[in-house]
Amino acid sequence: MAKEKALIFEMSKPGRVGYNLPSLDVPEVKLEDILPKHLIRETPAELPEVSELQVVRHYTELSRRNHGIDNGFYPLGSCTMKYNPKINEDVARMPGFAQTHPYQPEETVQGALEVLYNLQQDLAEITGMDAVTLQPAAGAAGEWTGLMLIRAYHESRGEQQRTKVIVPNSAHGTNPASATIAGLETITIPSDERGLVSIDALREAVGPDTAALMLTNPNTLGLFEEDIVEMAKIVHEAGGLLYYDGANANAILGIARPGDMGFDVVHLNLHKTFTGPHGGGGPGAGPVGVKSLLLPFLPTPTVAKREDGSFYLDSERPQSIGRVKGYHGNFGILLRAYSYIRSMGAEGLLQVSQNAVLNANYMMRRLAEAYELPFDRVCKHEFVLSGTRQKKLGVRTLDIAKRLLDFGYHPPTIYFPLIVEECMMIEPTETESKETLDEFIDAMLQIARECEENPELVQEAPHTTVVKRLDEATAARKPILRYQRS
Amino acid sequence: MKYRYLPMTSQDQREMLDTLGIESVEELFSDIPEEVRFKGELQISEALSEPELIDYFQKLANKNANFSTHANFLGAGVYQHHIPSVVNHMLLRGEFFTAYTPYQPEISQGELQAIFEFQTMVCELTGMEVANSSMYDGATSLAEAAMMAAGHTGKKKVLVSHTVHPEARAVLATYAKGQGVEIGEISYDQAGGTDLAALQAMLDEQTGAVIVQYPNFFGQIEDLQAFADLVHEKGALFIVSANPLALGALEAPGKLGADIVVGDMQPFGIPASFGGPHCGYFAASSKLMRKMPGRIVGQTKDESGKRGFVLTLQAREQHIRREKATSNICSNQALLALAASITLSAFGKQGVKEMALLNLSKAHYAKQAFAERGFEVTFTGPFFNEFVVNFAKPIAEVNRALLQANIIGGFDLGLAYPELAGHMLIAVTELRTKADIDRLVQELEAINRG
Repeated sequence: MAKEKALIFEMSKPGRVGYNLPSLDVPEVKLEDILPKHLIRETPAELPEVSELQVVRHYTELSRRNHGIDNGFYPLGSCTMKYNPKINEDVARMPGFAQTHPYQPEETVQGALEVLYNLQQDLAEITGMDAVTLQPAAGAAGEWTGLMLIRAYHESRGEQQRTKVIVPNSAHGTNPASATIAGLETITIPSDERGLVSIDALREAVGPDTAALMLTNPNTLGLFEEDIVEMAKIVHEAGGLLYYDGANANAILGIARPGDMGFDVVHLNLHKTFTGPHGGGGPGAGPVGVKSLLLPFLPTPTVAKREDGSFYLDSERPQSIGRVKGYHGNFGILLRAYSYIRSMGAEGLLQVSQNAVLNANYMMRRLAEAYELPFDRVCKHEFVLSGTRQKKLGVRTLDIAKRLLDFGYHPPTIYFPLIVEECMMIEPTETESKETLDEFIDAMLQIARECEENPELVQEAPHTTVVKRLDEATAARKPILRYQRS
Repeated sequence: MKYRYLPMTSQDQREMLDTLGIESVEELFSDIPEEVRFKGELQISEALSEPELIDYFQKLANKNANFSTHANFLGAGVYQHHIPSVVNHMLLRGEFFTAYTPYQPEISQGELQAIFEFQTMVCELTGMEVANSSMYDGATSLAEAAMMAAGHTGKKKVLVSHTVHPEARAVLATYAKGQGVEIGEISYDQAGGTDLAALQAMLDEQTGAVIVQYPNFFGQIEDLQAFADLVHEKGALFIVSANPLALGALEAPGKLGADIVVGDMQPFGIPASFGGPHCGYFAASSKLMRKMPGRIVGQTKDESGKRGFVLTLQAREQHIRREKATSNICSNQALLALAASITLSAFGKQGVKEMALLNLSKAHYAKQAFAERGFEVTFTGPFFNEFVVNFAKPIAEVNRALLQANIIGGFDLGLAYPELAGHMLIAVTELRTKADIDRLVQELEAINRG
């Protein structure tokens, strides 16, 4: 078994350094010359004192205790763990991008503005919307921005009473959370036996207080809401707007556009569909596209083009909801997304979605022989299985997930969506080869056999990782959130 | 056309379709109503081969003036600092770079431990008891702190100093509108600091929080202690937005009465990158721990008693609490938090202080040089690495002239403070040499004469 890994603080030794700075070439100013005593730092921050090689070894060792897409298959449903192209990193590190300041005069950042402008245009076309803001920092920020736009729209029409956001029970937890922080209330409606939104329930839920319907399509079960046209009609006739959660956009590139389905607002997760690095939990980027009726309310500034071909930051929008993030959004991630779009083009993006959907259906069909398939119909880019058969043998979905670690895989998303018992949500993405899918399927089938023949092997997994299962209950009850020198 | 990111061959496709018992991929889309199917081809930018792509972006990048082509004196919340070479090398390790949120702790110990170390570093710098794994940026972190304080105290009024970053105040206003929080702005005094008397007049029993920036947007070092007592007297929380580099030299806000400390880790290992991605940080006193937004990592033990790390206190978060969550944040700036951690490991206890003092000395040399040449240095209180000079002419013009000399001039304060039109906010970091500074002053003298 692996040993405990020391914290960087535990490697520290007084007097050691891992940095080198220019020496002072101007007269030294002493803190006591300019500041009252109580504003001068009394005790230095206890940061590590280590050499450069120690820094390198420490983070190299930490990285070896981590699993990324570069290590192996990562079918984490709804997170679109596709390959993060290396060339995007080269582009993002060009000094002309990485070393530019957001407050430089416009004429000195025409290249950066051109990237943003082109990305706005391309994302509007891909989603079928009229305009795009690139400012939101992540998907959840995009949701909140979109809902603030919807709220501003209703208020501008004197309809302050439109405060209810209808959300299906299969929705991601951010949807209701975003509604709350936009000052709106959530109404949850059920899904039917098809795994789709119940039309009757939607009809009952809408009314003069409806602000919007928030929908992921394909939904979190990986199923396309095939009644979308009727749903849009019901919501629009009730005076509400339609919000598209783009977490699952990887299924529909060039195949169907939210704008054509009747959606008024859409956010995209560029770190999912458009290959921004997942980075251990971010950074994301959550651009929001809108139909023209919401244009007056977009955050400022957006990037616009003059007749002479030059670009500028357009802040002229008196009804704007205001800023949702500092500066121009997560520019580096926006740049990577544009680099990806330029690598694929229209034909490539279409193939992305076609392959992602074929991969998912293939896996779903083959895994259905050993696992319960709660919704037996074509899926889109992901699908859900239920571990109910295995549960009868005393093995939980959590155990199956942990056993997958022994095979070198990151497990699927588990226990989400909440409406499927012992849920496993699998998203292979288009960048995985058939060989990888087959090997993973073999592992899953072997685990299903183990559940019958040797359940302890699964229940006690993982067996090969640097730590065994961790005590999460104690972590939450008696939180230790920082290192303390003993 | 073949795509290097798409491994499916026509044989693979055939085999998979056979397994499914269908003829074509098209059948997999039969559930999408015909009327919403997209017909034709997306009208987007055309695809480029890899060499063409590099060439295309290099040409765009070349259109941008940047820190490698110009001497930069812009700061105003985003700073040009030295990034140790090791940072990029470690950051680009695919095990970190291509992982996501550490949902499966057994194969995510590297990221979890790195975040735990990051939380510790944030606590150390700010003098606070707990910190989270990161926020989007300094502006959203400040806004979330204000919302949290209003929620915690049940008082829906927040006072923010006019010397807090204008964009942070703008983001705060948007959040406040969403959650029905009233915002009041505290004016600044002649010295360029938050006006204590004005605060005193505005503070009342309905005030849930007061926000001050340290050093403030003008570079001035606010006396936090003077505010803390006033704020606490009225039962409000004291929120400080701090430049973490300055905390290498200045007393930690936690020691001066702050309840929540927020800001952006950008000065530590994160490129300016035209404004993002940067890395908001969020620290608080332990009594606020269970109200904090964002992901938090905690230490625990595995079944064999070995130390390990997990995401913890998740009952606060959206995927459990849904509409009752304290915030909707999920993806954050984990990779940038890692960059900051690596940088803080390399700089360490001595380096952070040394770098802070280099900034201080260089900025003071610059200020002195301006004063000696007869320029009006507007505020006279203690400052860190930024100060304000009055040129009494449009700063856009001044900056255009400086560009001719390959200098990126300071921030045009008139854009955010109409009463300070003609004033420039100048940042001087450890990367500006004495020669750079002397050249800036000379060029500005010439511009002023011309």
